[in-house]
Amino acid sequence: MSNPFRRERTRPGEWVAETSIRLVASASIIVIFLIFVFVFREASSLFQTADVAAVPSQTSASNPESEMVPESYGADPEEPVLASVETGEPGAPGQFIYKPKNSSYPEIYNPDTGLLPADIDAVLNTAEVEESPEQIELAQNLTSNVWQPVGEVPKFGIIPLLIGTAKTTLIAIIIGAPLGILAALYVAFFAKRWVREFVKPGIELLAGFPSVVIGFFCLVTVASFIQDITGLPYRLNAIVGGIGLSLAVIPIVFSIAEDALSSVPKSLHEASLALGSTNWQTAYRVMLPAAAPGVFAAVLLGIGRAFGETMIAIMATGNAPLSSWSSFEPARTVAATIGSEMGEVVWGSQHYGVLFFLGVLLFVVSFGLNAITELYVKKRLIKRFQGQ
Amino acid sequence: MINDVVTTRPLPKRLLGFFAVLLAATAAFAVIGLILGMVGTFVFNGGGGITWTFLSEFPRNSNTEGGIWPALAGTTFLVLLMTILGVPIGTATAIYLSEFAKQDSWFARSVRFAVNTLAGVPSIVFGLFGVGFFVQFMGTGIDGFLGTSSFGDGSLLWASATLAVLTLPVVIVAVEESFRAVPKDLREASLALGATRWQTIVKVVLPNSLTGILTGSILAVGRGAGEVAAIIFVGVTYSSESLPSAVTEKFMHLGYHLFVLSTQSPDVDKTLPLQFATTLVLLGLTFLLNLTAILIRSRLRKR
Repeated sequence: MSNPFRRERTRPGEWVAETSIRLVASASIIVIFLIFVFVFREASSLFQTADVAAVPSQTSASNPESEMVPESYGADPEEPVLASVETGEPGAPGQFIYKPKNSSYPEIYNPDTGLLPADIDAVLNTAEVEESPEQIELAQNLTSNVWQPVGEVPKFGIIPLLIGTAKTTLIAIIIGAPLGILAALYVAFFAKRWVREFVKPGIELLAGFPSVVIGFFCLVTVASFIQDITGLPYRLNAIVGGIGLSLAVIPIVFSIAEDALSSVPKSLHEASLALGSTNWQTAYRVMLPAAAPGVFAAVLLGIGRAFGETMIAIMATGNAPLSSWSSFEPARTVAATIGSEMGEVVWGSQHYGVLFFLGVLLFVVSFGLNAITELYVKKRLIKRFQGQ
Repeated sequence: MINDVVTTRPLPKRLLGFFAVLLAATAAFAVIGLILGMVGTFVFNGGGGITWTFLSEFPRNSNTEGGIWPALAGTTFLVLLMTILGVPIGTATAIYLSEFAKQDSWFARSVRFAVNTLAGVPSIVFGLFGVGFFVQFMGTGIDGFLGTSSFGDGSLLWASATLAVLTLPVVIVAVEESFRAVPKDLREASLALGATRWQTIVKVVLPNSLTGILTGSILAVGRGAGEVAAIIFVGVTYSSESLPSAVTEKFMHLGYHLFVLSTQSPDVDKTLPLQFATTLVLLGLTFLLNLTAILIRSRLRKR
């Protein structure tokens, strides 16, 4: 509110109120910052072997994690002894297992076989000395083709996850973007008023469907339907997952594209009709190109949605981390991996760090997509409609 | 007049035009048909399963029999706490954006950018944030400070806080829209009568946009009630003997219950009727909430 005639009267109470409103308004910025800091912090434990010991000392302060220890490691009687050897204090059970699972020395962490090196301190020292080769190995591990986080030698190859994400997202966009954009064209230019009145809120209601419901629908109905018509060996596969994700993508693409189409100045519409073109020519050849940046933004945000969607991906893709580009085989996405493994992981372990690393990946990509639409696309739209 | 021109066009062009419109209409009605088909499937398969006992009983025999009462109650507690935590912050941000901010100032643009970014962050990342920030950092911090041991684990409180952060953009956008719908005349009249900016906001703008705040809250609740990925590691549990009696306890959730029933259960086919009925309840809940919000909003826009 800028009113040049307003006489400023400052009262201390109001000044406090207005300042606190300003402070609270920065909450969104603070949250973005905190997501950066905290998701990155947990992921960074992967790359700092020396610091990892500091993280567990925080987490082990609370009981539930220490209760998790016997569950995860089969109640090994050796465990508390081990912990006291490691920390020198008896009251810290579970301290030991928060050390990163070092694949070079799997045997010291394997209570099932009971293999323990004679001198545990020496082994730990060598682990610290050989820090750099270990890091190279982590990089190799991450870029390998096998995702097998639970095993004697855990393998954290994210390539199959990236392939799975790429192919399901691609299928979702190939199905969802044209449907969303065409439906937006229909609602914006062709539909009669009363038809529009129920089609538009109808499609917008789809945006409110919980993703677990869409995932369930794909799991029970779509999967059987697709298998019936194609006879594929896998009931759940990338196609079913892609269809499920497209159901999440359509309402987003639709709303944003419809917004962009109806915010094109009316003068363009009228000029085109006045030049003798028909309604459909105007819609497809004048209005759609004019709204292109907005439609592009709609597709980008649709990609962001498909990329980060978790529940549909867990329930409908089959969840097998295969390095195959075939859409008829199961796939596993990055988000689904976090969703299905985070619950069982030992807090502070290397696996835990890798899952947070995947979270960083998701965050960075969604942040990037949003930044592109915010900074680039909107500027072009404004330029197109006001600057010329 | 336009039609006269059309009829003089050559046939192929007219056909092309016909197909162009048909294509768009097909797309729109395909989506509508898909939605109806989905809702129809759930109503057809799950409608019979919704009885009073289903809604009011605890699950029995490791979730293969019985009802969904703790999940229903847990979801309600969750969204209530989420609303209490999130809506005031969202409303304050909306007040700032619509009443205080100079639209091209650096801070206002940053807030807008942050809100839009937040809306695009995948919900699973909020889940990780909930673990990393609320449970690990805040929870263990509070435990260390108070000497308790109840905050450093996933709980109703931290799940609500995570969802409050997740639904923040929903609230902000809806409330800001309703603030902007308050006519300028009202504000100017209030200022002309000698009221300060703060008095105008509290006594004129806020009362006129209460429906907007309500819409924002309903939309947020609709989003929060169906969200699973964000809370899956922040306090939800797959079975519980009793309702949570404190905010630091774990809770059951309709969406997560459906997820567990349909994917984690040893005998999935046996519980299929339960799954459909649960889906119908969850969908009906979010559907009603969203429909209410859409109706209120369209009435607001007409005004």
